[in-house]
Amino acid sequence: MAVFSSLADKLQETFKKLKNKGKLTEADVAEAMREVRVALLEADVNFKVVKDFVGKVRERAVGQEVLESLTPGQHVVKIVHEELTSLMGSSQSKIVISPKPPTVIMLVGLQGAGKTTSGGKLANYLKKQGRQPLMVAGDIYRPAAIKQLQVLGEQLQIPVFSLGTDVSPVEIARQAMEKASAQGNDMVIIDTAGRLHINEELMDELKNIKATVHPHEILLVVDSMTGQDAVNVAESFNQELGIDGLILTKLDGDTRGGAALSAKAVTGKPIKFVGMGEKLDALEPFYPERMASRILGMGDVLTLIEKA
Amino acid sequence: MGFFNKLKEGLTKTRQGFVEKVSTVLTFNKTIDEDLFEELEETLIQADVGVNTSMKLVETMRRRVKERKLKDASQLREVMKEEIAHILVGDNDELGLNVDKDKKNVILVVGVNGAGKTTTIGKLAHRLKKENHRVLLAAGDTFRAAAIDQLLIWGQRVGVEVIHNQEGSDPGAVVFDACKSLASRRDNVLIIDTAGRLQNKTNLMEELRKVGKILARELPEANVEVLLVLDATTGQNAISQAQLFSEVVNVTGICLTKLDGTAKGGVIVGIRDELKIPVKLIGIGEGIDDLKDFQAEEFAEALFAEEEA
Ligand SMILES: Nc1nc2c(ncn2[C@@H]2O[C@H](COP(=O)(O)OP(=O)(O)OP(=O)(O)O)[C@@H](O)[C@H]2O)c(=O)[nH]1
Ligand SMILES: Nc1nc2c(ncn2[C@@H]2O[C@H](COP(=O)(O)OP(=O)(O)OP(=O)(O)O)[C@@H](O)[C@H]2O)c(=O)[nH]1
Ligand SMILES: [Mg+2]
Ligand SMILES: [Mg+2]
Repeated sequence: MAVFSSLADKLQETFKKLKNKGKLTEADVAEAMREVRVALLEADVNFKVVKDFVGKVRERAVGQEVLESLTPGQHVVKIVHEELTSLMGSSQSKIVISPKPPTVIMLVGLQGAGKTTSGGKLANYLKKQGRQPLMVAGDIYRPAAIKQLQVLGEQLQIPVFSLGTDVSPVEIARQAMEKASAQGNDMVIIDTAGRLHINEELMDELKNIKATVHPHEILLVVDSMTGQDAVNVAESFNQELGIDGLILTKLDGDTRGGAALSAKAVTGKPIKFVGMGEKLDALEPFYPERMASRILGMGDVLTLIEKA
Repeated sequence: MGFFNKLKEGLTKTRQGFVEKVSTVLTFNKTIDEDLFEELEETLIQADVGVNTSMKLVETMRRRVKERKLKDASQLREVMKEEIAHILVGDNDELGLNVDKDKKNVILVVGVNGAGKTTTIGKLAHRLKKENHRVLLAAGDTFRAAAIDQLLIWGQRVGVEVIHNQEGSDPGAVVFDACKSLASRRDNVLIIDTAGRLQNKTNLMEELRKVGKILARELPEANVEVLLVLDATTGQNAISQAQLFSEVVNVTGICLTKLDGTAKGGVIVGIRDELKIPVKLIGIGEGIDDLKDFQAEEFAEALFAEEEA
């Protein structure tokens, strides 16, 4: 359900007053950028990110010849869309595979973001590629977190390593590595407990796991419904721990997903996968231009613009 | 520690993220001009108050400045506090959970995936039990892996019984059984956990509508409270969640979780302004005691309380 009227509609409205097409003047662009700003803010893109972005687009747009085939409104949308797409980076669904197995992947993030489910999805994806993953139950805090991972393991026929809730997550991770070597698992996926980026003790725990098992990929799992705080979360996890990429979850909902842009902008790290459902096959590659359209709240105008 | 101080402590992050920024804006700008209003609007948006509500709030402030002929930026702090308190308190001040000792009560807990439903139920059961209610839980999430086990652990911690069935079974059947149990026993509060569902999933929303109907049919005399659990870290999507859940069940209150983490407690203001559904409870941690009543006036007061104390 679209709660907001589309940016494209608003821009058409804005540019109605414009008589001849010709070049985009500073005043035209300034007015259009006000609409773009609101659209991005309504999509939950962080306001600082919006500010930078709008500035950059304004610079690029002023003085441009409007394409014959487009109205000025469409032309601005085209520029905005292109810039958004490039900001979100290339399509990235690759997990870096270590030449010396096992490849270790660690999933981190706030409470309820979708780490455990994403771990199951990732293991499923890797198994389908012929790998032999081992899932590691590193969340000893949340009630039934281990059981949750075990149920996923059973569904997927993928082994789960656990030492219960009385052993520290660092020790669990360490022993899991031994187990993987002994069993010949070429991928190790470590589930961790949800934690706040401001919780020092628990952030230290992650650092200790990292220092112990040297993961090849630390993936920050981000709920795509997150609001303005997404930048702080992404920035903290990246600064404290150093992340290698992002997984954006719950994109099967009706969120505009501006958090994707915010998290990408502050960390510079690629969005490697998106979660599109609760089922264990609902993991997809990330398509920047689709995400850009979604954030701008436009589907149909795009086909029109693509032809131009 | 009194309620007020506890609340203040729990809201430290919220205050740092929101009120202190407002204060900073107002201290660094001495005169009231367009730039100041723009900065205030940005501060509000950054606190997840929402674009609409933020613009509305700033508009009101502009009006107040004219009406009261305010000159100094520092005078705006009081105005902001007033307006926010006004939104938070609203006209509809039916605050607190509707739970009656002399009646059968049902609390149906709904919300999107991972919002904090099951945890909130654990905390709420603990609190109601302490208040001498006889509490029964129902494991209505038969879908998510180990959701039933999670609720069973909470049931054990609190010392209340959990009506449950197998994973994958029909949630309607569990709810039906739980209603029968509540009716036939001395227990007076039934809290029902449901699977997380995104509000745009028609099938899952229909399933929830059915649960609502079962309650109405099986316990026609009971007090029914439908709590929508919202994650405070959520942005503008919270509005869509509240709207669409309200279309299938009669949402009577909101529990806003994870307020301990976010620096953006402003989301409460946006929700209250756009939705008119009262925020009844707030979650400020993962522990059993980390659930508080939401009291609008005190909340606004705590939000703007000075640093000393
Ligand atoms: N619709 C939808 N639901 C998802 C997606 N990913 C995860 N979920 C659901 O989100 C909820 C939380 O997922 P979990 O995997 O338990 O999240 P977590 O980050 O491990 O949570 P904690 O361990 O408590 O911090 C569950 O109900 C999942 O089924 C997704 O892409 N789409
Ligand atoms: N920091 C913090 N974490 C919370 C709070 N409430 C819940 N959580 C955590 O958020 C995560 C998800 O909570 P759940 O209770 O499983 O959420 P749910 O809505 O039942 O999730 P699904 O059933 O999968 O849809 C867990 O890790 C909880 O411990 C809170 O107020 N503060
Ligand atoms: Mg988990
Ligand atoms: Mg649950």
